[in-house]
Amino acid sequence: MLAKRIIPCLDMVAGRVVKGVRFRNLKDAGDPVELAMAYDSQGADELVLLDITASNEGRETLIDVVERTADAIMIPLTVGGGIRSSADVRRILNAGADKVSINTAAVRNPSLIGECSRIFGSQCIVLAVDVRRIYVRRASEASGKTLIETPEGLCWWDVYIYGGRQAVGMDAFKWVEEAVSLGAGEIMPSSLDFDGTGRGYDLPFLAELADRVSVPIIASSGAGTPKHILEALTIGKADAALAAGIFHRGEYTVRDVKKFLASKGIPVRL
Amino acid sequence: MPKIAIVDYGLGNLRSIRKGLERAGAEAIVTNEVHRIAEVDAIVLPGVGAFEEALRNIKPLIPMIFQGIEGGKALLGICLGMQLLFTESTEGGLHRGLNIFKGRILPLPEGRKVPQIGWNTLKILKPKNPLVKGIENGSYVYFAHSYFAKNEVEEDLVATVNYGFDFPAIVSRNRIFATQFHPEKSGNIGLRILKNFVEIMVT
Repeated sequence: MLAKRIIPCLDMVAGRVVKGVRFRNLKDAGDPVELAMAYDSQGADELVLLDITASNEGRETLIDVVERTADAIMIPLTVGGGIRSSADVRRILNAGADKVSINTAAVRNPSLIGECSRIFGSQCIVLAVDVRRIYVRRASEASGKTLIETPEGLCWWDVYIYGGRQAVGMDAFKWVEEAVSLGAGEIMPSSLDFDGTGRGYDLPFLAELADRVSVPIIASSGAGTPKHILEALTIGKADAALAAGIFHRGEYTVRDVKKFLASKGIPVRL
Repeated sequence: MPKIAIVDYGLGNLRSIRKGLERAGAEAIVTNEVHRIAEVDAIVLPGVGAFEEALRNIKPLIPMIFQGIEGGKALLGICLGMQLLFTESTEGGLHRGLNIFKGRILPLPEGRKVPQIGWNTLKILKPKNPLVKGIENGSYVYFAHSYFAKNEVEEDLVATVNYGFDFPAIVSRNRIFATQFHPEKSGNIGLRILKNFVEIMVT
């Protein structure tokens, strides 16, 4: 039986792993290669490495970190941040990544997804999408948008690009559906409302997304406890859960989380 | 040190399989040159890219691959590299494969998430096969694929995986082995499988 995956995420600036709240207030959290090896030995199913500055100057540093990280582990590695072309994808895969995550460049140029999935296979193209809830009082305020009544109120989800700095004004569900039809092999949604808060994942969003697309979904943003991860995999119907702070702070190991999930009947690799 | 050629299709991550084979105790080169493949003890067809593109890239090497097998070289196909060894594939139109294993490559049917991405368990049917020496039934290995092999020859089947239905995870005949999963991404279990392959190629 296919196991649910637990994926620690390493957000990187200038070759160091950082941790912030709602994409801001970044603090140093360690050396990426050391952290990658530690999470591998704790039983992580995959690792995600995101270059959150995504600057041109940072490219060489990123390639170097990808090579050293990939050489140090024997689990899959996804790399994202500032990927703009199929040539960028090729360089990162050649450096030892198994998958790339594409976010801003895919929104600005959706054909990039199709091009990359045709060349490298859809199994290595992950669509990362940053979303934020836009609350409305009544449905007529957001015509054409997918509205859901959440415990916090009626809302739709807007797509953000450039690391959460710029709103696109596009229904997130429609964008993901388009990206899947173009060849995205996995979806990795992050929430600007929940990221770094430790109060749980955006479950209504995840559950709706799972009903709409037939590719695997990696839930991201908001894990504060193993129970939150359980909820993302059950209520949120995700295939994998990504988390950062909960692991970086040493509150729980990956193995702690997996043992908890196993005790709740979730298939995990222990 | 036993020497392995990893066939380069010019697509995707070949660094990890090279590293994995080195950890398993072999010297590994990534190449698409016939004369370099001629001088190694074993050939690995790695698992990246699309069927047609990969087939086009290895076309000039096919006679060398067959000559190598007949001369006793061991061969390991991984993921797409396994699928290339079958009779034919329906990925991107109907294409002939190397026909070493009889059967057809088909898309994973609807009713499940496609691609299958993640760790799934092996059901080992032939525990005596040297590639699975020391591997327990039910071990987790890493899959990432949208197509599967419909194998026609029962004796070739070493292990299956279940993703709503059973299909081949490992096939083998003589010194030819193929895995639908990625041993180079499958932690210690994968490393053991690569070590088994290195052991096979020197015996």
